[in-house]
Amino acid sequence: MSKDNRALIKQSLKRRNRAERNFQWFGKLGVALGLAAVVLLFVDIISKGSGAFRATYIQLEIEYDPEAIGILNVNDTEEFIFANWQNLAKKSLRDLFPEVTKRGERRKLNNLVSEGSGFDFRDQLTQNPSLWGTKETLWILADDDIDTYYKSWLDDDPFSARLTSEQIKWIDQLHNDDLIALKFNTKFFERGDSREPEQAGIKGALIGSFFTLILTLLMSFPMGVTAAIYLEEFAPKNKWTDLIEVNINNLAAVPSIIFGLLGLAIFINFFGIPRSIPVLGAIVLALMTLPTIIITSRAAIKSVPPSIREAALGVGASKFQTTLHHVLPLSLPGMLTGAIIGMARALGETAPLLMIGMVAFIVDIPGGFTDPATVLPVQIFLWIDSPERAFVEKTSAAIIILLSFLMVMNFVAVYLRKRLERRW
Amino acid sequence: MQISTLVLLLLLISVFAFYTSQNRSISVAGKLGGIRSLPSLPSYYGAYSVLFTLIPVSIFLTLWISLDQIVIERLVVDKIPQEFVPSKSSDYELMVNRITSISEGIIYADSVLAWQLDAASHMQKFEAISRWSITVISILMAALCLYWATQKVSVNFNARPVVENIMERILLVSACVAIFTTIGIIFSVLFESIQFFRKVPFFDFVFGLEWSPQTAIREDQVGSSGSFGAVPLFVGTILISLVAMIIAVPIGLMSAIYLSEYASLNVRTIAKPALEILAGIPTVVYGFFAAITVAPVLRDFGESVGLDIASESALAAGAVMGIMIIPFISSIADDVISAVPQSMRDGSLAMGATHSETVKRVVIPAALPGIVGGILLAMSRAIGETMIVVMAAGLAANLTVNPLDAVTTVTVQIVTLLTGDQEFDSAKTLAAFALGLMLFVVTLVLNIFALQIVKKYREQYE
Repeated sequence: MSKDNRALIKQSLKRRNRAERNFQWFGKLGVALGLAAVVLLFVDIISKGSGAFRATYIQLEIEYDPEAIGILNVNDTEEFIFANWQNLAKKSLRDLFPEVTKRGERRKLNNLVSEGSGFDFRDQLTQNPSLWGTKETLWILADDDIDTYYKSWLDDDPFSARLTSEQIKWIDQLHNDDLIALKFNTKFFERGDSREPEQAGIKGALIGSFFTLILTLLMSFPMGVTAAIYLEEFAPKNKWTDLIEVNINNLAAVPSIIFGLLGLAIFINFFGIPRSIPVLGAIVLALMTLPTIIITSRAAIKSVPPSIREAALGVGASKFQTTLHHVLPLSLPGMLTGAIIGMARALGETAPLLMIGMVAFIVDIPGGFTDPATVLPVQIFLWIDSPERAFVEKTSAAIIILLSFLMVMNFVAVYLRKRLERRW
Repeated sequence: MQISTLVLLLLLISVFAFYTSQNRSISVAGKLGGIRSLPSLPSYYGAYSVLFTLIPVSIFLTLWISLDQIVIERLVVDKIPQEFVPSKSSDYELMVNRITSISEGIIYADSVLAWQLDAASHMQKFEAISRWSITVISILMAALCLYWATQKVSVNFNARPVVENIMERILLVSACVAIFTTIGIIFSVLFESIQFFRKVPFFDFVFGLEWSPQTAIREDQVGSSGSFGAVPLFVGTILISLVAMIIAVPIGLMSAIYLSEYASLNVRTIAKPALEILAGIPTVVYGFFAAITVAPVLRDFGESVGLDIASESALAAGAVMGIMIIPFISSIADDVISAVPQSMRDGSLAMGATHSETVKRVVIPAALPGIVGGILLAMSRAIGETMIVVMAAGLAANLTVNPLDAVTTVTVQIVTLLTGDQEFDSAKTLAAFALGLMLFVVTLVLNIFALQIVKKYREQYE
């Protein structure tokens, strides 16, 4: 090699090494950006949603006075149901702030507590009629605007756009008297949906998700496993098998919303299954997760070494016995992992359920597989669409719960794989 | 009897069938010197009678349940005096719904016409008959089959091949569910689309430049006639997907290269699953992130530098969609890069190339088909993505390629057209199915193409 060439190479080496370093930096940047997105997403949602687990309560002394709410006879069911229960809270607020006399101001004062607290009084007195005429000191749920303001005020960044200056003054006064406080929000876990953000809870959606998911699993797991067994162990190599295989691979990549169209056109319009029920949601989700389950189950079956099959066949087992007694138990852990991952996907799925009417506003907590229900992700979607600011917090909290369920499922899947899967 | 109770009862009968046949086979064999004289194991005789008890009944039940509503409806409508039966299909459905509601007690009798009440009581009667007959027939059927199956147990009868044959068929059927699903999808989008294209010509739909699906609900109403030119939707979809790809492809690709070529094992075992968390997050969460966090930040940023960014800009939706797709691209790229044989790298390094030159000139070109396939798959995922765009992209069908404007997409329109109660055969709802057809066809072509490329590539290095 001549001296010239060597100099040339030495010269270029600097440039090449620099390019090498830059390239590595780009790689690091790519990974860092990806990880930053993960962190950003979680920090954003947790910071927005953690507040919803606590709600603002106002301490009021409630006098259970039948006359104040227009009940003449406490045993008359109709009067009982249609009485103005909210007045109990209103009266107590008036006693607390006797200086408020103007009509408009009074209405603002009444707005401090949640619109729905009357129902709580009713429920309490239905259970315990002996309370009539007594007084009780209770923590009453505050209105969502108050809740938003009070929380932001505690964080030194008050959001007062939806309150009047009097209301802010009252809250100050309540705060000084220790009559307003943040407490754990039990309602959030005990209630169904509501138009009042402070009354809205996720129990209905959780139960709906539970019913839907159970049915989805019951439908898609057996079907997926049997299909995988057929394709791996029994199917002859021919055009039909190829067709099924291509089909499954493509179905796995079909946009989920198309499955919603399928549910709408075939199951609702053709078979006449009612809308909004977990059974229908489960059918659609089962068809959607089926390809995933088949693909993972096939991989699990493939990983069982042929020697196992040959040994079983060698001692006289039939092909079916070999599969049922040896291949299936050995591949079951892998299949279960696949099923859990499929279920995690089904739990987070929203789009197809919008098509089949699971977006309805449902207050009641579903009691069975054929009650109208909504599911957790759809509930999240519904809440984001609501104009009230307080729903942002609720939504984030619901997302936190959804994500924690997904995380648990994924951890279980990873654990199962580590624990049960055999290396051959 | 409730269907669920009936199913439970039938399952109990089948358990009974299993044990009677099994015991019978054992006792039959006992006289001839133990079960070794049986051609099959006793449990196969049990399984045989379970199959023969359950299969006919379950076929019968499925048929009955799926058809009884239709038959009852026919029978009830036959009883209604001719002059009350409307000829228009939507009015007809309305009438049937009303009668069903009356018979279920949802509508109270005082607001109902006499003939409707009559029809409702007929409906109730038919439904009662249907419920009774389904119970009686299926139990009788199960009992008869059970009897027949137990009678067949003998030393001359080999149950195993029969049982295994049937089981194999059952396996085949569940493998075919995938095909049925595809057929169902094609039927459901195709039929409604054909109806739609009868109302709106195909070329007006595919090449029309204006999308405003609001149509008059009643015929006499004055309102917009609706125009169904889907080009703005296609452009919007492609725009958002492109934004997503511009973000996802470099990040996904670079992180895959770094993780598979440079990173130490420790970094890899932590960073790879951490990136894959992104793939497990539900799309509705991304939608929330886009609508509540990213879009306002972008808008405020735009204001501060004097740019007019819509609060439902394609940029926000696309950027978040890009984040969603990163793990998708990086895991496929990782797979194909690891599949490139080590000898190719060694060859290049031995010639004096630096590591990055090896990656750029040897590994990437070798892995390119696989990477392109992965990108196409990701593209089809982006096109079909629904929740992010429903929540973060707009509804207004602007024909623009400016990512700072609000655009709408095919999936957004499908959701908006189909959520809520609508008349099913209006052009508006049918348009959603036509859009669904487009979406299905495009993603299918992309998928088949991409899977083909990836498969070919894998075979090349195996």
